[in-house]
Amino acid sequence: MPDSMKPRDAGDAHEATLGERLAARGVSRRAFLKFASALASMMALPPSMGLVMAQAMAQAKRPSVLWFPFQECTGCTESITRSHTPTIEGMIFDMISLDYHETLMAAAGHQSEAAREQAMKDNAGKYLLLVDGSVATGLDGAYSTIGGQTNLSWLTEAAKGAAAIIAVGTCASFGGIPKANPNPTGARAVSDVIKDKPIVNIPGCPPIPVVLTGVLAHFLTFGSLPELDALGRPKAFFGDTIHDRCYRRPFYDQGLFAKTFDDEGARNGWCLYELGCKGPVTYNACATVKWNAGTSFPIQSGHGCLGCSEPDFWDKGSFYKALPVGQWGSAATLGGAAAVGVAVGAAAAYAARRRQDKIAKGD
Amino acid sequence: MDLLTFARGPGLQWAVTIFVIGVLWKLVGVILLRAKPDLSEPRNPSTWKGLRLIITRSWPRKEFLRSTAFTEVLGYTFHIGFLVALLFYLPHILFFEDVFKGVLGVNFQQVFGVQWPYFSGGVINFFGAVTVAALIAVLIHRIVSPVKRLISNFDDYFSWFVTIAPVVTGMLAYGHVGAPYQTLIAVHLLSMELLLVWFPFGKLMHAFTVFLSRGTEGMQFERKGASL
Repeated sequence: MPDSMKPRDAGDAHEATLGERLAARGVSRRAFLKFASALASMMALPPSMGLVMAQAMAQAKRPSVLWFPFQECTGCTESITRSHTPTIEGMIFDMISLDYHETLMAAAGHQSEAAREQAMKDNAGKYLLLVDGSVATGLDGAYSTIGGQTNLSWLTEAAKGAAAIIAVGTCASFGGIPKANPNPTGARAVSDVIKDKPIVNIPGCPPIPVVLTGVLAHFLTFGSLPELDALGRPKAFFGDTIHDRCYRRPFYDQGLFAKTFDDEGARNGWCLYELGCKGPVTYNACATVKWNAGTSFPIQSGHGCLGCSEPDFWDKGSFYKALPVGQWGSAATLGGAAAVGVAVGAAAAYAARRRQDKIAKGD
Repeated sequence: MDLLTFARGPGLQWAVTIFVIGVLWKLVGVILLRAKPDLSEPRNPSTWKGLRLIITRSWPRKEFLRSTAFTEVLGYTFHIGFLVALLFYLPHILFFEDVFKGVLGVNFQQVFGVQWPYFSGGVINFFGAVTVAALIAVLIHRIVSPVKRLISNFDDYFSWFVTIAPVVTGMLAYGHVGAPYQTLIAVHLLSMELLLVWFPFGKLMHAFTVFLSRGTEGMQFERKGASL
């Protein structure tokens, strides 16, 4: 492990198990069991799995984790630093060995690049590769470089030695905002570039921190990645739509809707469907896990869901137009269609009359 | 492009365009046909009274009540159920209001002074279920009845299919049954688009021509002095 990233509380970090580390840090077995049970519950695993997770994690060695930032805004990192179960510090020191993360690591410049290369060499075939941001593929990746190397080359090189890849955020998962039309940099999702490694997508702009910690805990416990949906997202967190789990759903079923952001319906907390909420077509855990230690989520704050954990959410029309609105075309198109219809109908009638005339004449 | 994006975007736009072209083509084509000259002297001077045939033909005649009651009742049931589900469900209304505003440049509410009324999802689901049940019953009747079976062709069965499909898929989407919601809503939209595309070219066109046809026929009958 590079010196720059060594945990401060353990000299023999490679050897100590998670259980030993926790004990050294004064974390009780009861507290750890509660943490494991909470994670198991959030991932919709049976209650007995909480104990299994705790036992497995206690014996686990910290996996090496490399976090690559590509075409991103650091919002994903901002989000993960607000993880509360566990905290980011707890995760770095206890669960994983975060060997490369530009924003969080002390090292910089060539020192950090050396750390990355060393970690990849030392943990070849075993490390987890986390990526946030999309991969610029235009001009052979020249639109986004770090230390003179393209993101594209970093990803393809690091993917070879990775046990698995976790695409953190919508940009890494689906291309996100950099991929929005007209996509000048040729932005692609990690899964568009890497085809021969297991990839977990944790979309969201930003993603929910506990989803990442949950996936990491699953990897530590079972040595495998959790069950994924068709878009590569963990089913435990992306199995339901926001709409299905929304506390405002009963208002939708009753037909009670806010018509503007400051009308009586809005003040009563009625459904935001008419104001453009994309909850019905968005899979994520915001409505259940929520944000900032379970404080709230956008709909609870009075704003509709943007659908940020879905592919191409940026190009799917206005955030403030209801789902059925704005998709049917334009008045000009319909006018043109009407003109064509009338013309064809008139021509058909004219042809029928001509035929009648011919028959009348005995032709 | 995923299925839902296609269904909500290009699929919908093409379906609406084909629907508009097809409906106007058929209507204008029929209206502009040359009427057969009637050289006889009119028995009744005011042929407009014949328009009452539109009403009278919409109810069973007493003489045939027993034999047509089943079809009449179920026919009305699924027509009303379909229209309620189509016209009084909020997501549908938002779509219609958007088209209204897009074409005319004004809000529905501004023109009519009232908000388009709607039912809750549960009520719409009930009407959907009634519609599906009635449509299945009329299909069975069509297959079981020798006369109806004999006069039925592909158009009848396919028109039945494109009518029931949006109702069934809409109910599945409402209940999130059988597949992810996005898939269900995409299939619902595609089934509606299939209906729109087929509409002008099959028997569903009767929605536009039935009253035109009955009115024309009624006026001809009135002119001839026939009993309506």
